Amino acid sequence: MFKFFKKNTPILPDFWTLYANTFKTTMPEDLESTTFIVLDTETTGFDYTDDRMLSIGAVAVYQQTIAVNKGFEIYIKQEVYGKEAAKIHGILKHGTIPKVSELDALKMLLSYIGNKTIIAHHAIFDIQMINKALARHHLPALKNKHIDTSQLYKKTLLKSNLITKKEHYSLDELADKFNISKKDRHTAMGDAYITAILFLKILSKLKEKKNLRIKDLLD
Amino acid sequence: MKNTISQRVADFLKNYPPFNGLNTSDLERLSEQVSIIYKEKGSVIFTEKEEGHSFFYLVHKGAVSLYKKTTNDIVDICDEGDIFGLRPLMANENYELEAKAHEESIIYAIPIALFKPLALENKVIGNFLIESFASNTRNPYSKSHRGKLYSEAPIDPSKEASEIPLTDLQSVQFSKNIVSCSPATTIKQVAEIMTSKNIGAILVLEDKLPIGIITDKDLRNKIGTGMFPITATAAKIMTSPVITYPKSMTITQAQMAMMKSGISHLCLTKDGTVNSKVVGIVSKHDVMVSLGNNPAVLIKAIKRVKKIKHLKPIRHSIMGLLSGYLEGNIPMTIISKIIAELNDACMKQVVELSLEKMSTPPPVKFAWLALGSQGRSEQMLHTDQDNALIFGDVEEEALPKTTTYFLKLSKLVTKGLHDMGYEYCPADMMASNPKWCLSLKEWKEMTSHWIINPGIDEVLLSSIFFDYNVVYGEPKLANELSEHIFYSVKKYPIFFLHLAKGALQNPSPTGFFRQFLVEQDGDHKDEFDVKSRALRPLTDAARVLLLSHHIKAINNTSERFEKLAELEPNNKEIYLACSYAAKALLKFRTKQGIQNNSSGRFIDLNSLSKEEKMKLKRTFKTIKDIQELVSHRFQLKSM
Repeated sequence: MFKFFKKNTPILPDFWTLYANTFKTTMPEDLESTTFIVLDTETTGFDYTDDRMLSIGAVAVYQQTIAVNKGFEIYIKQEVYGKEAAKIHGILKHGTIPKVSELDALKMLLSYIGNKTIIAHHAIFDIQMINKALARHHLPALKNKHIDTSQLYKKTLLKSNLITKKEHYSLDELADKFNISKKDRHTAMGDAYITAILFLKILSKLKEKKNLRIKDLLD
Repeated sequence: MKNTISQRVADFLKNYPPFNGLNTSDLERLSEQVSIIYKEKGSVIFTEKEEGHSFFYLVHKGAVSLYKKTTNDIVDICDEGDIFGLRPLMANENYELEAKAHEESIIYAIPIALFKPLALENKVIGNFLIESFASNTRNPYSKSHRGKLYSEAPIDPSKEASEIPLTDLQSVQFSKNIVSCSPATTIKQVAEIMTSKNIGAILVLEDKLPIGIITDKDLRNKIGTGMFPITATAAKIMTSPVITYPKSMTITQAQMAMMKSGISHLCLTKDGTVNSKVVGIVSKHDVMVSLGNNPAVLIKAIKRVKKIKHLKPIRHSIMGLLSGYLEGNIPMTIISKIIAELNDACMKQVVELSLEKMSTPPPVKFAWLALGSQGRSEQMLHTDQDNALIFGDVEEEALPKTTTYFLKLSKLVTKGLHDMGYEYCPADMMASNPKWCLSLKEWKEMTSHWIINPGIDEVLLSSIFFDYNVVYGEPKLANELSEHIFYSVKKYPIFFLHLAKGALQNPSPTGFFRQFLVEQDGDHKDEFDVKSRALRPLTDAARVLLLSHHIKAINNTSERFEKLAELEPNNKEIYLACSYAAKALLKFRTKQGIQNNSSGRFIDLNSLSKEEKMKLKRTFKTIKDIQELVSHRFQLKSM
């Protein structure tokens, strides 16, 4: 790749412009009128540079409701393949599930999420994976705001010396804690669904503080 | 488009009528169009007179209650797999009832436009819906009558069973698990089967037809008396012929039949004669359960439960019983004893069922302790679970393995309790927390540490630990720990001072002008916190005062005060007033909780009558007096 090309303002493809334009509309402030996109990615591993996304799953949450037909689930063709991770997500390199190219996956994802706030468990990881993929196709990083359910959970804990807050809470741990069925765990969409329910449950705990606004959740 | 979630939805739907009657492709098509809704406890799904939604609903997780708003009567509670909100599907009318999340729930909304053609096409589905929509049930928790919408005869759980009009319409619930033997089975085997299945009667079948029945009574009259040896065959002692009925019989009919023939079990067959296949058996117990609530019946029902989730409807019945008692003005001492017994029985059953799930029996003896209000037999409503586990001492090398075993068990139990309606403890004070699941030796070290270093946290921790109740397992372990605690406390009397100080730390119930002090912020702004402002000062005072007399066997707050009155005749009056106040406040809180389906902790003062407010305030004077006594007794003012 010619490095100096990047210095110039790159000409961005239409689908990106379309995506970027969605941010020109102002976002609602209250939870009731906000649509959240809860997403999860399955990857070949945990390395931001070497590993690749194999699948992206997402559901939209609007007024505490998830419409099944508005879900997003795609599998991505990748040359990189991690044997270790395959044991967890079970996606085969040459499996029978229809797959799309990484660029097409990104196109579809951007048009799906638009300017909506992204919810994910350990959100940084998923967002970084997507951003790395965008960068491979010479695209800027995601512009969306995001909420990490692992961090959000910590806000529900009592402030007490009796509780030692952990640094991280795994999705499994929280699913158990909130009594969420772990069916379809380790498929991107299954995890997205679990995260969505988790998000709603945490939110209902947090709502005990009145007038919860979006900005109380971000950070 | 088919996706992971739609498959998940389809997987759930296919287990429940009417969806189990759909073919796979229809089910998949339907599942793709479902919306999944999360509802917080108490939030409304639709209300009376509201225009019909374009969906009908199915409970996926949690429970939904259907109300008649005008009378505030719960008409039905829909559990997992129940459908509701059928009115727009069937009648194209506005809703007649209000549907509210009875607890935190996940609900599937099924689009009517898509479902209606399927219902019209498929007769089985259509009939199920019509039946669901039109039938009437007296028992909202009846398994065979799920998801009813009809509101003509609202159920009032506060009424005693006998006051509820008997209807001939409801068919009896019966057990479909038929336990049987052959005429050649020996009596010993018969008795073994009956014991292991925990049943009072067994059918004797020949070629699948009922030829006789053996009940506990037969074993008593014919074996116990020595008339036949236990090696004799079933044929010798069975009562024959069997009295049979068709399965469509109603509760009243079943009751009549039992009374008429003086028998306790009825056999239901396909066509109602002895010449057709057996379909079920109805016991007096089943009839009584259908008829209503009674502690003895409930205890029996709890002990028979094989799956934790089946305890939940029983817990609903316990709540019904509780509100009936409160309505009937039964003394709080008796109410709390009965309800605590029932709650204990439920917990015990959860521990037992969890033990069955473990692959091996426990490596050493253990005791499951209920702490806090449950430990004091003061927990009437579903509140948080506070519990701990003590296991017997093991060799040093075996400790990690043993701890792992009991932690695993505790996780199962706490999850079971959670499924049953006990929230997890927000401070994680539960046996599933490694800090609360220790060997006796570790507990001794831990409690010694609290007693020797009594900071604020230690006092809080130890105060919970002085009120416990062995729900399951070896009481000796708990006793030994108490002995140890008392021994340590004697050596470090300064501990009492800290405990007493802790007892005075709670916010006072009234301000300078004797007005109620309400919460300043949070969800319960402007509400009165009856737990921490009124009940806890009493509980804490009773505990420290009685402990200073070195008495540990009494856990209940009002009983503690009664004992104190006995021990200190000069303070008799104030202690008896406290005992009364503790009971009155508990009753108050329980009533509030039942009314609002909450823990009853926070009270909206505007909702109280003048008389109720007066009653509350009267207890505050007592609280003030006892706090002064504690402060004086332990000379806290000079500290």
